[in-house]
Amino acid sequence: MISGWLVAALSTFYLAVLFAVARFGDARADAGKSIISANVYALSLAVYCTSWTFFGSVGRATSGGLSFLTIYIGPTLMLMCVGVILKMIRISKVYRITSIADFIASRYGKSQLLAGLVTVIAVIGVVPYIALQLKAVAASLNVLFQQSDHALLPWWLDSTLLIAAVLALFTILFGTRHLDATERHEGMVAAVAFESVVKLVAFIAVGLFVTYGMFGGLSDIFQRATESPELARLLQLDSSRAGTWTAMILLSGLAIIFLPRQFQIIVVENVDESHLKRAVWLFPLYLLLINVFVLPLALGGLLHFNGQGFNPDTFVLTLPLARGAESLALLAFIGGLSAATGMVIVETIALSTMVCNDLVMPFLLRSTWLKTEKQQDLSGLLIGIRRVAIVLILLLGYIYFRAAGEAYALVGIGLISFAAVAQFAPAMFGGMYWKQGTRAGAVSGLLAGFGIWLYTLLLPSFAKSGWIGSGFVEQGLFGIGLLKAQALFGLSGLDEISHCLWWSLFANIGCYVAVSLNSKPDAVEASQAERFVDIFRHAGRDADARLWRGNASVEALVGLLERFLGPLRARQQLAIYAQGRGAVDWHSLPADADFVHFAESELAGAIGSASARVMVASVAQEEDLGLDEVLDILDEATQVRAYSKELEVKQQALEVATAELRGANERLRELDSMKDDFISTVTHELRTPLTSIRALSEMLHEDPEMDLSDRKRFLGIIVNEAERLTRLINQILDMAKLESGRAEWTTSEVDVGNLVREAIDSLGQLFREKGVALESEIPATGPIVLADRDRLTQVMINLLSNAVKFVPGGSGRVHVRVGSDQKSVRVVVSDNGPGLTAEECNVIFEKFRQGGNTMTDKPQGTGLGLPISRQIVEFFGGNLWVESQPGAGAAFIFTVPLPAPEA
Amino acid sequence: MKRASPVRQRLAALGLLGVPLLTYPLLSLPGGNLAGIPATYFYLFGVWAGLIALAAWVAERRGK
Amino acid sequence: MTKKILIVDDEPNIVISLEFLMKKEGFEIAVASDGEEALAKVASFNPDLILLDVMMPKKSGFEVCEALRADPARAGLLIVMLTAKGRDTEVAKGLAIGADAYVTKPFSTKDLAVKVKSMLGVN
Repeated sequence: MISGWLVAALSTFYLAVLFAVARFGDARADAGKSIISANVYALSLAVYCTSWTFFGSVGRATSGGLSFLTIYIGPTLMLMCVGVILKMIRISKVYRITSIADFIASRYGKSQLLAGLVTVIAVIGVVPYIALQLKAVAASLNVLFQQSDHALLPWWLDSTLLIAAVLALFTILFGTRHLDATERHEGMVAAVAFESVVKLVAFIAVGLFVTYGMFGGLSDIFQRATESPELARLLQLDSSRAGTWTAMILLSGLAIIFLPRQFQIIVVENVDESHLKRAVWLFPLYLLLINVFVLPLALGGLLHFNGQGFNPDTFVLTLPLARGAESLALLAFIGGLSAATGMVIVETIALSTMVCNDLVMPFLLRSTWLKTEKQQDLSGLLIGIRRVAIVLILLLGYIYFRAAGEAYALVGIGLISFAAVAQFAPAMFGGMYWKQGTRAGAVSGLLAGFGIWLYTLLLPSFAKSGWIGSGFVEQGLFGIGLLKAQALFGLSGLDEISHCLWWSLFANIGCYVAVSLNSKPDAVEASQAERFVDIFRHAGRDADARLWRGNASVEALVGLLERFLGPLRARQQLAIYAQGRGAVDWHSLPADADFVHFAESELAGAIGSASARVMVASVAQEEDLGLDEVLDILDEATQVRAYSKELEVKQQALEVATAELRGANERLRELDSMKDDFISTVTHELRTPLTSIRALSEMLHEDPEMDLSDRKRFLGIIVNEAERLTRLINQILDMAKLESGRAEWTTSEVDVGNLVREAIDSLGQLFREKGVALESEIPATGPIVLADRDRLTQVMINLLSNAVKFVPGGSGRVHVRVGSDQKSVRVVVSDNGPGLTAEECNVIFEKFRQGGNTMTDKPQGTGLGLPISRQIVEFFGGNLWVESQPGAGAAFIFTVPLPAPEA
Repeated sequence: MKRASPVRQRLAALGLLGVPLLTYPLLSLPGGNLAGIPATYFYLFGVWAGLIALAAWVAERRGK
Repeated sequence: MTKKILIVDDEPNIVISLEFLMKKEGFEIAVASDGEEALAKVASFNPDLILLDVMMPKKSGFEVCEALRADPARAGLLIVMLTAKGRDTEVAKGLAIGADAYVTKPFSTKDLAVKVKSMLGVN
């Protein structure tokens, strides 16, 4: 037996916990340590799952089978369009937008008319949805109290009204504690995320209990359902309702972003754009989890209560109760209460902001009373208005519940609201992506869509409950058949939601596009269109500042801020702004366009963009910029942007080119100095023999009496030096030819073994003279390569004569080996000379760098033999290198690639 | 020109992929029972879970 | 008293020709074939003039010249640089570090003999 007091105490306790979470969140936010993480953000989106989900889905499933899922598939798909949502968030952040009405109004020229219209549609459209929550909580209380005999309430107090009152009080405590410039309520978001967890846990608990406690698991339930023809129908999709299925996905996809509370949570309460990345999958996962047991619960309820007339919308409670699981039923009740309170709190806060900023403020601003009370701080008044609005909205919800609530199941009521907010889609999407969309277009589209919604959905819902006559539904307005409310122009065969959605969006989009194309935007509209559509490109405020021209005084604007934000908050924001502009405090700032823009956007955060514009205009004399002028400025801004981008690109190209040039110059200079060095070295090498030749021949010439022996010695030196000079000149020319690529090559098949043997023979005398042993290891024939025979011989002779030059006389040994693998011939000339250091191994291949620099006796040679040999070998595609260590002899190795085998 | 980020494009593509997968006529394909559970039920939740898993993979993947 | 000349060059044939030339002019001659040997010979032979090649192994003529000019005891030593690198910078460098004269290879034997004699103040 559940006592009424227990239920009341439990509910109060739960609400107190929620409240504590919210206070905690607010406190942390005030301390600058936000608790809103990506996960909290994603969970808070689950405010989408209301009593509709908690109770209604099961009810829906008992008649529509799996079709209840469309309401959750739509949001899943919509959320994946992250780009669209990101754009809404960015626009709202930049322009301090605090509600969907503010968004649309701001886009279409900060229009008060449009803001009011959107607010009216939102309030009227969403009232049924709030009624749904009241109905669900009332119904769940009824179920619990049917168990207990004593009445909790005196007869004159309606439980639903009481619920509405408690929720109103709770919302006021929750959401309107203070007026925030950005209309962010971190505590509320935290509480919503918390209640999302509670309702998920509660629902899954009931699902598990019913599926595995009352039945033998999923397959058991489905098995038993299949046996009954009536239930088997629910397991199959009805493809004749394909259109409805798609329409519901579209409808719910739109609702997830355009319902005022969803816009509030997704866009306004977003603290970090990167949180979206988590939400994009975590929230759909939440939806999936909360839906897994819906169909089993529905089938289980139908099977268990088989025709006892229980309301399927309360199966979540009645099933556990039927098994006496009272504590589980209480948990389910708390889950349902949680779902309802979450929705009501966020929805009414969002709506009250809209009502206050977009309906009440415009009237207040025009009233003389406000003008006479110029000095008064109005932030308290704003909060008061919001609180009253919250109470009124809940009251409207209650009235709708009384008027039409009994005629519909929970889901039916909710869908009416969905269809209403879907009317915002053309104006919103058009506003974000289509610059030509105008205020006139938006107003006419919204009016047309809303009108059709009223006529085909809302009024018939009243008619159904007998509250107004149902003639216009059954016979058509004035008896005209074509005007039947739910078969407009003879369109029948659709369910009422699809019917309304189709006609209303058709009219809405049609009017929006047609009127937009045939109307001219005014200056403000055109500039707002530009800013919204190109939000990602308008990084700075450059164009914004230029779009305002006039006279203003800092004091008057600051006065405005203090009135609407409260003095404390205003000073804070001013200090931050002044700091951003590099000023010590705001007193020193000029009342320029940028300051006006700042003041207006701060005000927009508090009272909405349309009212903010009016207020700023009341203290500042703005010069009217004509449409043409605005378009010029915007055009210019666009051009300047494009131009500066182009400049940037060009500059980058220039920088790259400059760097390349600098590099080339560097290389040239290097080459130049190398050439310089080379010439200087060549000069030195040529002059050295020339010096001996000249000096000696001059002395011979001037001294006829010179000794014969001296004469012979000198002539011998002159001949040697002349030979050296010739050799040097030949090699320099050779080198120059090789390097410039003008050398002549006669390529033929060359037997390397043979060639090496011949070279050894030709130098045999030299080896014998110095007493150097020469061993060779050469195959009898081959290998054959394609090369210039003479050039290769030149290399071989160079290597051999180098070797004999460096090995000690008498004990010197030189070893020559010719080998080959698949790819190349390898010739190794190794000696037992003094060897080379690692550094020398590289250096000796440079021009005029001879080995043996450390020896006192200068070796004979030009210092060009090895560089020339390397050039030759490399020309044939081979390599020439040396492997050596000091004291261990040296091995000069060259390879020449073998010709590719003919295929 | 700044292009939409690859992550956003991939997610949008997933959303677009989901539309035909979760509406008619594809929806009328699965029939019969799997382990006593209707194939349609399996199909809907399976595709849905698959989309969520892919979205999670795309959105949470680090760097690249 | 016979003036003493030290000939420093790593090319043996140039040394031979210079030695012959200077001996014929009546000077006392010593030779060295690298920079280190040159410094040692300056200490032992105590020449009045040194014919110093620039490009040499172990220590270049510039280094030898600098070392000699750093020694105050050798202040009176005359230094004639010989170089096969005829660039102006080389000449300037040689004179800057204290050489008394600079002769480019190949040189005229007559001119060199005249120059050396006048530097040493012989007839």
